[in-house]
Amino acid sequence: MSGRRIVITSGKGGVGKTTTTANLGAALAKRGKSVILIDADIGLRNLDLVLGLEKRIVFDLVEVAEGRCQLRQALIKDKRFDSLSILPAAQTREKEAITPQQFAAIAENAAETADYVLIDSPAGIETGFRNAVAGAVEAIVVTTPEVSAIRDADRVVGKIAAEGKPIRLIVNRLRPEMVRSGDMLSVEDVCEVLSIELLGIVPDDEEIIDTTNRGEPIVLNDANRLRVIYDKIARRLEGELVPFTSFDGQGLLGRLIGALKAG
Amino acid sequence: MIEFLKRLFGQPSSSATAKERLRLVLMTDHLELAPEMIEKMKHDLVDVISRFVEVDRERIEVSFERQDRTLAMLANIPIVAVNRPNGTGTNGNGTATTGAVKEEPAVPAASTPGATAATPPVRKRRRKKKAQAKAAAPAGAAAQ
Amino acid sequence: MHQVQSVPAEPAPSAPAAKLGRAIVLTSGKGGVGKTTTTANLGTALAARGARVVLVDADIGLRNLDIVLGLESRVKHHLLDVLEERAGVDDALVSDKHSENLFLLAAAQSREKDEVETEKMQALIAALRERFDYVLIDCPAGIELGFRNAVAGADEAIVICTPEVSAVRDVDRVVGLLGNRFRPQLIVNRLRPAMVRKGKMLSVEDVNAILRLPLLGVIVDEPQIIVTTNRGEPLALQRESSTGAAYHAIAARVAGEDVPAPMPPVAKSSILERLGSIFGGKRA
Repeated sequence: MSGRRIVITSGKGGVGKTTTTANLGAALAKRGKSVILIDADIGLRNLDLVLGLEKRIVFDLVEVAEGRCQLRQALIKDKRFDSLSILPAAQTREKEAITPQQFAAIAENAAETADYVLIDSPAGIETGFRNAVAGAVEAIVVTTPEVSAIRDADRVVGKIAAEGKPIRLIVNRLRPEMVRSGDMLSVEDVCEVLSIELLGIVPDDEEIIDTTNRGEPIVLNDANRLRVIYDKIARRLEGELVPFTSFDGQGLLGRLIGALKAG
Repeated sequence: MIEFLKRLFGQPSSSATAKERLRLVLMTDHLELAPEMIEKMKHDLVDVISRFVEVDRERIEVSFERQDRTLAMLANIPIVAVNRPNGTGTNGNGTATTGAVKEEPAVPAASTPGATAATPPVRKRRRKKKAQAKAAAPAGAAAQ
Repeated sequence: MHQVQSVPAEPAPSAPAAKLGRAIVLTSGKGGVGKTTTTANLGTALAARGARVVLVDADIGLRNLDIVLGLESRVKHHLLDVLEERAGVDDALVSDKHSENLFLLAAAQSREKDEVETEKMQALIAALRERFDYVLIDCPAGIELGFRNAVAGADEAIVICTPEVSAVRDVDRVVGLLGNRFRPQLIVNRLRPAMVRKGKMLSVEDVNAILRLPLLGVIVDEPQIIVTTNRGEPLALQRESSTGAAYHAIAARVAGEDVPAPMPPVAKSSILERLGSIFGGKRA
């Protein structure tokens, strides 16, 4: 089997790449898929933290690349799911410690034993980003509805599109009440500017901060609406046509659903 | 409060402003990221303009400027010669040149309606027409 | 109730006389915590005090300081043009729309961070220090070459941290990398006091229990920041707003004044415990 290799990236830092990687991975795992998450942010790793697995790290990405251990030895299995594992980044090394080719080889290796390999890209467009993209066949670009984030996303879309890899968009931290009052760009605005296919809309939710503090992906919380949102994104990734959740202030969303090819 | 007042007085919402700014800044970013495309555009532009006037290709300057709510391309294209409507022209030195449209030999100043064999037919026709027009048209009528 | 330590106005080690401006890098490790917003607002607040301030965007390839200041349409030349001597500093400096004495040196959008030579960056910052009271350097996210170049020219550092475990961890790493040359000061950004009271967010004390840095200021999260970025009008221009006032207080402290600050409540102990276990070992 060769699983799908998807990089989750953004250009701008802090828009939710790691949170998206963790929760989308968890949502896919909940749907019975086998998932490997790879943290490509060498030196500033956070995927382990977000999933609460930081105490179980034995080996990391760089050690696998240097051949000091096997991939399967470095993978940390998240016991809350049937098949979700993560390959943590190294914390005390630099992004130049691994080449794009080495990273790509590891991602391909991982894809041989998983349905999905999700790669958490670092911020920026430097070495770490290039490594992360090298390991992927598809891309998900995450942005918030804010000017700087969208500008950076545009840059990243340009770079990835130049490699011919398909790209889809997740708009994160939407605040429908601010869109309604004209204080925030709408999803339509963002899609119009970036012109890439929409994969998901995730509203701002302060629970994310709390769950990150506790190291629990939000999809484990049945009471939180984000569980449904990430599940929908997982389904779209699987090819299902899933209507986008309508938030207040997204009156045109009905038309958007029809116009856009979801999933 | 300030946002509320702004909208009360007809100013666009901050999201509308943001969208507009983003649109323009991305255009500028894309241009900055595509120097080869700009070079090709300059080249093609000059080719087109050269069909009408003769230009100094070495001194062409193309820049992009934000003007109010749009992005404008400004091109400074030095013109060295403008051909006469009939196709001939002179360059800055005063020597006769041929038109950019057609390659034609220079015609002597005094020529007769009865053209010699060396004169190209077009020119002859024009002079003939001019002569005929002059003859036919009384003073006051347009000579063209 | 903790008292904010006053910031001593340290002269740079190599400064010959009091005339040389201060070069301060604003960094964080983690992206998206507010470096650029803080640079723009702190610069605005310092300029409002009459200081001559230049803001340097070191995020080459992903520039945003220009757009946060609303100056994106006025940038004619950028940092790399100056470093590679295609333009003089004066051609590249953009004067701010709203504040006198405030200038921007924009990043290049179409180039890569690898193309900046560290020595040239240092020389440029040194030259700017001779003309300005403050040179604020907006550092890119991460700890790669862009970060190293941004830090190279500075003699002071401000680290910006949000009250979240990943941000704290990254700042901790960055402070370690900054090394002994700097005594970084801390700004805690995007605090949500209501969440802190509910025990759902780290408090400022929690953050600083780990980082142990002199506290320069605290900015409470508010939606108005997004609105002002939409318009390109830094919130520090609105002195009466709580965020604007907070930035002015920070500017005052940077300038050496002793300005007391209110401190939000302490979080419940469970988060603190987890944080303690993550950072059980010493910082490198």
